[in-house]
Amino acid sequence: MVRSRHGWLRLPFWLTYLFLYAPIVVLVVMSFNRNKSPYTWGGFSLDWYGRLAENDSIRTGLVNTLIVAFGSTVLSTVLGTLLAVGLARHTRSRLLDALSTLPAILPDLVIAIGLLVFYSTIKLTLGLHSVLIAHTVFGMAFVTAVVRARLSGMDTSLEEASRDLGAAPLTTFVKITLPTLAPGIVAGALLAFTLSLDEFVIAFFTAAPSEPTLPIVIYSMVRFGVTPEINALATLLLAVSFTVVIVAQRLTRLTEALR
Amino acid sequence: MTRRAPVVVASVCLASALTACSGGGAATDSAPTALNASADLSKQSLTISIWDGYSPKDLPERVKAKLGFDTKVAIHDTNETIMAKLTAGGDSGIDVAFVSGQYAQALNAQGLLEPLHRDLIPNLKNLYPEASQLAYDKGNVFSVPYTWGTTGLCYRSDLVKTPPTSWKDLLEPAKDVKKKITMMTTERWLALPALKLLGASVNTTDQATIDKAKELLLKVKPDLLAYDDTTFGDRLKSGEAVMVEAWDGWCPTSEKNIKFVVPKEGSDLWADTMVILKSSKNKEAAHAFVNFILEPDNHGWVPANILYRIPNKAAMDKVDPKLLESYPTLAEPPSELLKGESLVDLGEASTAYTRLSTEVSAAQ
Amino acid sequence: MTARQPARLLGKAAGRVATMGPGFGFLTVFMLVPLALVLSYTVFRRGRFGGVVYEPTGENFTRLADPLYLDVVIGSVKLAAITTLLALLLGYPTAYLIAKLPARWKVIALVAVVLPFWTNFLIRTYAWIVLLNSEGPVNSGLKALGLGPVELLYTDGAIVAGLLYAYLPLMILPLYSAVEKLDPELREASANLGARPARTFWSVTLPLSLPGVLTGCVFVFVPSLGNFVIPELLGGGRRIMVGNLIRDQFLKARDWPFGSVLALAVIAVLVLLLFAQAWAARRAGRGA
Repeated sequence: MVRSRHGWLRLPFWLTYLFLYAPIVVLVVMSFNRNKSPYTWGGFSLDWYGRLAENDSIRTGLVNTLIVAFGSTVLSTVLGTLLAVGLARHTRSRLLDALSTLPAILPDLVIAIGLLVFYSTIKLTLGLHSVLIAHTVFGMAFVTAVVRARLSGMDTSLEEASRDLGAAPLTTFVKITLPTLAPGIVAGALLAFTLSLDEFVIAFFTAAPSEPTLPIVIYSMVRFGVTPEINALATLLLAVSFTVVIVAQRLTRLTEALR
Repeated sequence: MTRRAPVVVASVCLASALTACSGGGAATDSAPTALNASADLSKQSLTISIWDGYSPKDLPERVKAKLGFDTKVAIHDTNETIMAKLTAGGDSGIDVAFVSGQYAQALNAQGLLEPLHRDLIPNLKNLYPEASQLAYDKGNVFSVPYTWGTTGLCYRSDLVKTPPTSWKDLLEPAKDVKKKITMMTTERWLALPALKLLGASVNTTDQATIDKAKELLLKVKPDLLAYDDTTFGDRLKSGEAVMVEAWDGWCPTSEKNIKFVVPKEGSDLWADTMVILKSSKNKEAAHAFVNFILEPDNHGWVPANILYRIPNKAAMDKVDPKLLESYPTLAEPPSELLKGESLVDLGEASTAYTRLSTEVSAAQ
Repeated sequence: MTARQPARLLGKAAGRVATMGPGFGFLTVFMLVPLALVLSYTVFRRGRFGGVVYEPTGENFTRLADPLYLDVVIGSVKLAAITTLLALLLGYPTAYLIAKLPARWKVIALVAVVLPFWTNFLIRTYAWIVLLNSEGPVNSGLKALGLGPVELLYTDGAIVAGLLYAYLPLMILPLYSAVEKLDPELREASANLGARPARTFWSVTLPLSLPGVLTGCVFVFVPSLGNFVIPELLGGGRRIMVGNLIRDQFLKARDWPFGSVLALAVIAVLVLLLFAQAWAARRAGRGA
């Protein structure tokens, strides 16, 4: 009965996924094309994957990107979630609300140049840490906003009950608030991670020249057009991410079943 | 709410104080620092920034073998982005940067480059004499040219009815090529065909001329396929475009039906150069590197592998004659190339060109 | 009760500092100060060859009055608004249905939304070029159907498609976060009281999820305005957006002062937008 009520929603739902994956299909197919040009099919080939394995700069870039993405996501999620709770529960200030989302609306070039000039003024040597900090700045804004969206109008009776029963604020926070926020935190973290993984402008300006992230490597290679080698990389990234997610899924179900 | 306002004010004050201290972009004293010609290079290391594919993949190994120090190769995609990184002040971590001539001129004007110590670069003698007299840096005071070339029309000889000979063929396209032509987006090269057709200099700062050029560019916009700085080669190969404005080294003349021509009204002379940053802590190694590149066997990698022309006479004389036969552009004597006008930085007038490009792109 | 009040007040202050202290502290140092640095350029001059010369001037602000820039802004706002609307139309049903999925499928569905974005933006954009160009699969299909090759690329439509593609997850994730918490009992109560599904949606579901809707809209609208790669690649450089304006001043003209002024103008407008969103979200939150 519930299903049929949502029948008409199914169309945009599937349309969304079709839209999201159409170019993905193209790039996966292109990664197996013997021809460099995407307009002619030259036969199935794994050549580009072979070339990929030998490409040092891509490997370095990938490792650096993962370090920055994981690091900045953790930091963004912690800072952002706390900030969201504070904004929802401890203040009515709209100025603070706006301030917390400010990084998300600043043009990335402004953040990039601003941070570079700032780093050079305080004589901070560039490295992965300088990119990590930069990515946390905007990652935080997104986590805060997503968690806020969940907190808005949320039922506070459980929290109040917990406090009235004498629980310390920290206990209430950890045992009641956080679990209820969990879906918002996950969505926010996912967003921050995704944004950091593929971010070019800010990374380019705040990275050390010898420690590029993957987007920097790829953007700089674009001079001669996107080679199937890069499509092979993208396909591999997809396959690995997909596998990791499935495995993580299975693991969480397993641990739940074992509890 | 009021509690936070002081924080905002304080940070603005702090920022103003920092701005006064950072002095980013102010011209500084450009006397060369004293360098030690017999410094132990193995104690130094080098970081260069260059376009992808512009140097051999084993360059670090070659340098290590001959000169004894480690080299890291950072890549940048455009002049603009590396310029912004270098001018943001402080130590970018880059010792040698590869930038086009007019940008090297701008970097030098901002006091960011180390004046070259010619005694550490004896191989400068390998250059064509004209290569040391290019307008953006006469006498190779702060830069050494790495490659040079010109801008022209790259086209499909099998898909155009009549081969182009003039910039007019681009700006007033024939019916069969309409909607199948592209122009570059970088403002100096966007303006070039129009300026040349008007008989003006590519370095003109006369606003009336620039406005006339703008009119020509606005007129042709509806007939263009797109503005493209990077993928015009692919478009030609696929047939999506049949005639594109292109740099000579980028035109894929290795393909059977693709040809390159410099229009009769003339064109520019661009050069990609090597510069040493004043902030570099490895200046001796940087000089040794530049000298190393100028060796005929090293520099010769460029024409042999990526088909670009180099201003190195010793290296060009050693290029395989068979290669010169297949690629007539490579074989062209420098005197042809030098008919082109060398691009220089236009100082304050640069903003006029940015405005031109904004007006042309914004026009609907 | 009164004896506990001082303790409660102390607790409140501690709560404020503990939750918002680290976050705002971090943002002050690494966002506000750098931002102030860049915005301070607005009152200085461009050096002859680029860089900043610290001589105060107001000319950057007067240059802003040029109608050229207003035209670009209006055109950008138009495209960004269309993109946002389409993102909402596609994103809301998607987020809604994901929220209704059984737990094991929820995470997969969410990750499936962001997974394409764990590749590379440029690669995906080039894949769109392959899809949409005159020799590509879409046009080949149209040709086969006799609908002849249609100029899909290098149009405003291509720009909107590209922007929509880039920012759709930024609509879906906040929406999911807001919709997921909605108490299904409220909807059932509404249905039981005789309201038809559409009425329930407009009167119950939508208002309750409004904070998420507003967040999603801001997250799609703002970057759409500031994107400079998609207008170049998918639009063929035939139309520029606000992002291109700012980029061109900073990178091409190397006119950091004027670039800062343009950025300041854009930021000022967007901050107003943020305030409006914050105000509306708080109102909606209180109404629940």
